[in-house]
Amino acid sequence: MTVFTRILGKIRTFWEGIRRISGDDAYERYLKQHADRHPAEPALSRAEFFKQWQDGKWKGVKRCC
Amino acid sequence: MNNLQKNILWVLVALVGASALGGIALNRGESVNALWFITAAVCMYALAYRFYAAWIAAKVLTLDETRATPAERFDNGRDFIPTNKWIVFGHHFAAIAGPGPLVGPTLAAQFGYLPGTLWILIGAVLGGCVQDMVTLFFSTRRDGRSLGQMARDELGPIGGAAALAGTLAIMVILIAVLGLVVVNAMKHSPWATSTVAATIPIAMLVGLYMRSIRPGRVLEGSMIGVILLLLAVMGGGWVDHNETLRGLFDHDGLPLAWAIIAYGFMAAILPVWLLLAPRDYLSTFMKMGTILLLAFAIVLLRPEVKMPALTQFIDGSGPIFGGALFPFVFITIACGAISGFHALIASGTTPKLLANERDIRMIGYGGMLLESFVAIMALVAATVLEPGVYFAINSPAGVVGKEATDAVAKISSWGFPVTVEQMQLLAQQMGEKTLFARTGGAPSLAVGMASIFGSAFGNSMLALWYHFAIMFEAVFILTTLDAGTRVGRFMLQDMLGNVWPKLGETSWMPSVILTSGAVVAAWGYFLYIGVIDPNGGVNILWPLFGIANQMLAAIALCVATGILVKSGKLKHAWITGLPLVWLLTVTTTAAYYKIMSTDVRVGFFAAANDMAAKLAAGVLPPEKAAVAPQLIFNQQLDAWLTLFFVTLLWVIVFDMLRVCCRHLAGKPVPPLSESPHMPSRLVEDYARD
Repeated sequence: MTVFTRILGKIRTFWEGIRRISGDDAYERYLKQHADRHPAEPALSRAEFFKQWQDGKWKGVKRCC
Repeated sequence: MNNLQKNILWVLVALVGASALGGIALNRGESVNALWFITAAVCMYALAYRFYAAWIAAKVLTLDETRATPAERFDNGRDFIPTNKWIVFGHHFAAIAGPGPLVGPTLAAQFGYLPGTLWILIGAVLGGCVQDMVTLFFSTRRDGRSLGQMARDELGPIGGAAALAGTLAIMVILIAVLGLVVVNAMKHSPWATSTVAATIPIAMLVGLYMRSIRPGRVLEGSMIGVILLLLAVMGGGWVDHNETLRGLFDHDGLPLAWAIIAYGFMAAILPVWLLLAPRDYLSTFMKMGTILLLAFAIVLLRPEVKMPALTQFIDGSGPIFGGALFPFVFITIACGAISGFHALIASGTTPKLLANERDIRMIGYGGMLLESFVAIMALVAATVLEPGVYFAINSPAGVVGKEATDAVAKISSWGFPVTVEQMQLLAQQMGEKTLFARTGGAPSLAVGMASIFGSAFGNSMLALWYHFAIMFEAVFILTTLDAGTRVGRFMLQDMLGNVWPKLGETSWMPSVILTSGAVVAAWGYFLYIGVIDPNGGVNILWPLFGIANQMLAAIALCVATGILVKSGKLKHAWITGLPLVWLLTVTTTAAYYKIMSTDVRVGFFAAANDMAAKLAAGVLPPEKAAVAPQLIFNQQLDAWLTLFFVTLLWVIVFDMLRVCCRHLAGKPVPPLSESPHMPSRLVEDYARD
């Protein structure tokens, strides 16, 4: 059982890593951070947040030869 | 493990690595197993990472894990975010690893397998990795500033301007040569052309999906895109067998080049979410997947390397590009050994994500080690081909002749036997009409990869594997093309904004169209010339790109050396000084040959004069005479461009030496721009993410 849960935990960590690195969980992280920092203001919608996040990502040198 | 066991382990790693490398280097006449390349590389990387990188981290840079990084100090949840080191490593590697380490080693294989292998290993461990690591460190200590800003702050305005001009120039050449690689892969190949064309609507569909249909679901969108791409590869085969459809996608180089130029312009002015961002997701997933698959297949299959250790072309008579082993192997392989472009990434997004300074060794040094490994695999994929086949695919028609019989006779006469039937069978297996004269590295790499994948996972799908490999290369070459055009546009807008502020507004459409058009016209020109050049264009463009990239690396190393000396670390300044001296030697020698050599395949002026003389004498066939004036102009332009690069390089070197000498003589110099020490509040082993 413990071995099984350990493997499951590893798979979960890996999956979370993939989501984190691809930006799939960016909105969830934003919501968490927003609740911590500006609890009074309403948070952006998922679509609105994604728009800003993606535009911000392509401002500098991001890809190389 | 106790200390003794650890020591024994490292001695073993050293012994295995040394014997693998010795075996590769001293072997003559027999084929070598590719596994030895992998073994030598892994052992060398492990030793360098464990000892050299650790020593630099502890003794030269003195990384301070108690010091707050810019990500912690400016944490804004957008660009500055303290991030887990594995995630940063992934971002950093995805950013630095482009098509460069695949193309360079493939072209350099014309010298044999040994020069490329040695330069990739030694260059990375002593040069490229060090450059990436110290640039990342210095930028982290300076609030994540860019290389150009650091050059201006630490050396002065001349250094800053040189870095900026160098970056813009390298971008133009890089995009042109990459465009040429794609054109040569698609030329008269309906399968490849239709597959590559299909990637554009697929990327747009994924963009729409992520933006409107299911906003922000990046993984879902990417998975759909990857599946569609794989279907597009198969669909290309169907197009190829359909008589009417295949005519639509069967084109000469020139119309394809125009299509790429038009595409580049569209990509630069369309919003990022529609084309650039989704294409980037697809290319990153394809890239990671294919690299893993290739590593897995090489280990599983352990193919024999058939290329000799050295070929006769080390004397400079090589068919793919002219020029002797020294200095041209060091120019041809930039990415994979040392690449100046990385300094832009290491001083761009990456330092803004670092949660702790101690991660710098793994991300800066380790990231480049992995890219170097990709280059080794590309070299293996090129050298497992029969040398005759390798040369038949890569030699331009201008060197070996247009007719298949002429080409095989010429290549066989060099001692690399190949027959027309063999090439026909191979082309047929790969689902192509011909594989002759597909200069640029992508097709021969694809044939190499297809034969490796084919033997590992079944030979029946060779054509699919070949076009999968072509699609994979094209997808991320086009990503680099889009992203590079965009960065070039931003830089140009930034510069023009100093003259007329309105032009500097990145969202003002007339400025966007004007600056995008200018950048596209610049690389489009070199791409156009490359396509009409009967010698394949790669012969001209790739060395130019190599010189530009090594020049940028030298600028980064100059900045780093200057900072080391100014911080009182003269004693250790050789860690960047040594690779700098080597790059200076290589780049200057290469530039000298490209400008002054009387060999028409090496010297730009020599080639221009030779062609002018032939044109005047009327000995050129009419189709060559028609384009000759343009080629002559281009050769002269390239010579001046080379001169510009090398002058820029020496300007910044003297600027660095001037600052160092003044500092050592106790005279005033621009002060160190390091931000003050602030203790980190992030607890040990805990990054808030």
